[in-house]
Amino acid sequence: MDLQAIWYFLWVLLWAVYFATDGFDLGIGALLPFLGKNDEEKRIMFNSIGPLWDGNEVWLITAGGVTFAAFPLMYAVMFSSLYSALMLILFALIIRGVAFEFRGKIDSPGWKKLWDFCLFIGSLVPSFLFGVAFANIFQGIPIDDKGVYHGTLFTLLNPYGILGGALFFLLFLVHGAIWLAIKSDGDLHDRAARTASGLWPVLLVVAVVFLIASKFTTPIYDNYTAHPMLFLLILITVLALLGVKLFLSLKNYWTAWLSSAVTIIGATFFGFVGLFPNMFPSSLNPAFSLTAYNASSSHLTLQIMFTLAVIFVPVVLAYQIWVYSLFRHKVSKEELGYDEAY
Amino acid sequence: MDVLMLSRLQFAVATFFHFLFVPLTLGLSLLVAFMETKYVRSGDETYLKMTKFWGKLFLINFTIGVVTGLTLEFQFGTNWSNYSMFMGDIFGSLLAIEALGFFFLESILLGVWIFGWKKISKTAHAIVMWLVAFAATGSAVWILTANAWMQHPVGYVIRNGRAELANFAQVALNPFAILMLTHTLFAAYIISAFFVMGISAYHLIRKQHVDFFTRSFRMALVLGLVFSFAEIVEGHMHGADLAHSQPTKLAALESHWQTSKNAPIYLFALPDDANGKNRIEIGPIPGLLSLLAYHNMSAEVKGLADFPADERPPVLITHFAFRAMVGLGFYFALVTLIGWFKRNSLLESPWYLKLMLYSTPLPYIATELGWTVAEVGRQPWIVYGLMRTKDAVSSIAASQVAVTLVGFIFVYGLLGAIGFYLIIKKAIKGPAAD
Repeated sequence: MDLQAIWYFLWVLLWAVYFATDGFDLGIGALLPFLGKNDEEKRIMFNSIGPLWDGNEVWLITAGGVTFAAFPLMYAVMFSSLYSALMLILFALIIRGVAFEFRGKIDSPGWKKLWDFCLFIGSLVPSFLFGVAFANIFQGIPIDDKGVYHGTLFTLLNPYGILGGALFFLLFLVHGAIWLAIKSDGDLHDRAARTASGLWPVLLVVAVVFLIASKFTTPIYDNYTAHPMLFLLILITVLALLGVKLFLSLKNYWTAWLSSAVTIIGATFFGFVGLFPNMFPSSLNPAFSLTAYNASSSHLTLQIMFTLAVIFVPVVLAYQIWVYSLFRHKVSKEELGYDEAY
Repeated sequence: MDVLMLSRLQFAVATFFHFLFVPLTLGLSLLVAFMETKYVRSGDETYLKMTKFWGKLFLINFTIGVVTGLTLEFQFGTNWSNYSMFMGDIFGSLLAIEALGFFFLESILLGVWIFGWKKISKTAHAIVMWLVAFAATGSAVWILTANAWMQHPVGYVIRNGRAELANFAQVALNPFAILMLTHTLFAAYIISAFFVMGISAYHLIRKQHVDFFTRSFRMALVLGLVFSFAEIVEGHMHGADLAHSQPTKLAALESHWQTSKNAPIYLFALPDDANGKNRIEIGPIPGLLSLLAYHNMSAEVKGLADFPADERPPVLITHFAFRAMVGLGFYFALVTLIGWFKRNSLLESPWYLKLMLYSTPLPYIATELGWTVAEVGRQPWIVYGLMRTKDAVSSIAASQVAVTLVGFIFVYGLLGAIGFYLIIKKAIKGPAAD
C-alpha cells in the first residue's frame, strides 16, 4: 500500500473511533428526557459520561485536524460543501458541552430543564446529521470541478441520507443505553437495558435496509465484488450487531458495549472500503471526485504526520483506556454528593 | 455584505470570543497546579480550599474555551476553503499535531482531575493538574506556530499550485512563532494574575476569608509582576522583529508613512488611510522609531508610502489598537509594582484593592487589542506576502454565512453572558465554608 492509501484508512479509522467513543455519550444525551425520570436519575446520566465526553470529543477535533493535514483538498471541499450541516453540528456540540458544566451551577428547576434540553438537542442533532453527511458522501455529492457545492442543506436530506441519519442515530442510542446500563443500577439500569434491547430490532431493520439501499444508490459494492475477501468486513459488522443482542440478553453489558463499538467502527469502514480510492465522490461527474490521490498532502507531510500518528494514536488510546477503567464503576449516590459532580 | 466580509466578521467574532477564555486556562491551570502542590507538600487545608475554589472557576472558563475552539478548527474549511487548499499541506499538520499531542492529554486528564479526587492518590492528582497545564501550553505552542506561519511563512516551497512543506524544522522553529508564543503566554499569565488579584481584592475589601485571599493575591501578584515587566521587554523585541518580518505592520503600528532615517514616534498621530498620511501629528520624538526598531537612532525605517496602497493594512485601527495595548501594558507593570510594596499591608490599602478589582477586565481588553494588531495589521494578507485574504474565501452562498454569523453572535452572546455571570457568582460566593 502506498502512503496515500495508508492515510486513507487511518483517516477512516479516526472518524470511526470518534463515532465509537463520542457515540455513546451522544446517545445518552439523546435518551435523557426518556430515561431520566427524576433529577437524581438525570444526574446519574450526566455523571455517567461526565469524566469522558470531553476526551471523546477530541477525536472529532483530531479527525478534523487530520483531514486538514493529510487531505487538505478534502478538508476544504467537504466542510464548505457541508457548510450548513456542519455548522448545525458545531452549534449543537457547543450548547451540549456547556450543559454539563452549567446545569448544576444554579439550583432551579427551570435552569436545569433548559440545560437538559440543550443536552438532548445538542446530542440528537449531531448523531443524526453525521449519519446524513456520511451517507451522502457514500452516495456522491453535487460538487463541480472546482469543488464548489451545488445544493443546499435540503439536498442532503434525500431518502438515503435520512436513512444514514437514522442508522447513526439508532447506533448511538443503543451504544448509549448499554453504557448507561453499565454505569447505573436499580430502576434506571433496568430501563436502560430494556431500552437497548428494545431499540435493537429497529436498529437491525434499519441496518439491513441500509445495506440493501446501498446496493441501489451507491457504487460501494463494486469494490466488494472485485475483492470478495472484503465481504468479511460486512460479516464481522453484522456478527457484532448480532452480538450486541446476544450479550444484552446474557446481561454481559461490557461485551455488549464492545460489540456495539465494533458495529459502529464496521459501519463507518463499510462505506469507505467500498468507495476507495474515492473520498468525496461527485454526483455531477466522476471526474470531479476527490480521491486519496488527488486530495492528499505532499509526500513529506504525509510521512511526518504518519510518524506522529503511529506514535501518538496508541499513546492516546492507552491513557484514554486507563481513564475509562478508572471510571468503570457504577455512578453511586455518594458520588452525586461530591462537590465536583455535575 | 459579500461572503468575504461576512466570513471575516464571523472569524473575528469566533476568535475574539474564544480568546476571552483561552488565556485564563493557560495561566490559572498553572496557579491551581501550584496551589495543589503546596497542599500535597504541606497538608495545609487552606491550599486545598484554594485549589478547589480557583479550580471551579477554571472549569467554567475551560468549558467555554473548549466548545468555542471547536468551531475555529472547522472554519478554515467552511469559510476559507481556498486558503485551506493552498496552505493545508503545512497549516493542517500543525493543527493535527496540536490535537493529537496535547489537546487529548488536556481534555482526558481534566476529566480525571474533576472526578478523580477519591480515585487516585493526592500526589497523582496534583501531577494530573500539572499535566493539564503542560498540555494547555503545548496546545498554545502549536496553534501559535500555525498563526505565526500566516504572519511569517517559512520552510515552504510553491509546488503543484500550492504551498508545500519543504522543511518541517523551519516551520516548527519559526522565530516569529517563538516571539508570538512568549508574548501570548506572558499575556495569559497577566490576565490570570489580574483575575485572581481582582477577585481576591473583592473579598479583602470586605475583610472576608482574609487568609485565603491574601495568599491567593500574593501568589498572583508575583506572577503578574514578573510577567508584566517581562512582557514589556518581550513586546519590544517582538516589535523590533517586525522591521524585518512585517515592515508594513511595523509602519502601521506607529503610523509611519514616509521612509526616513532618524524616524520619529509621535505623541499623538491621527492616520488618514485614504490619503496616505497623518491628518494630525503632535509631539514628534525624532529617532525613537529608528531606535526601537533597529537600536540605532539614525537607522532608516520604511514608511507605508513605499508600499502599494493595496498592500497596506488599515492603519487607523492598527495604530490605535497598538497604542492602547502598549499603554495598558505599562499600566499593568505599574500597578503590580505598587502591589509589591503593599504586599504586606493589603488590608490597609482599600484604594489599591479597589483599583485592582476594577482592573480585572483590562488585561482582557489588552489581549484582544493585541490580536487586533496581529491580525488587522497583517492585512491585506491572510499569509503575509503570499496570499491575500480576498483570495482565500470559500465559494459559498453569502446568505448561509449571514445566517451563521447571526447564530454566532446570538449563541456566543448568551454563552458569554451566562459564563461570566456564573464565574462572577461563584467568585463572589467565595470558598466553601466548611
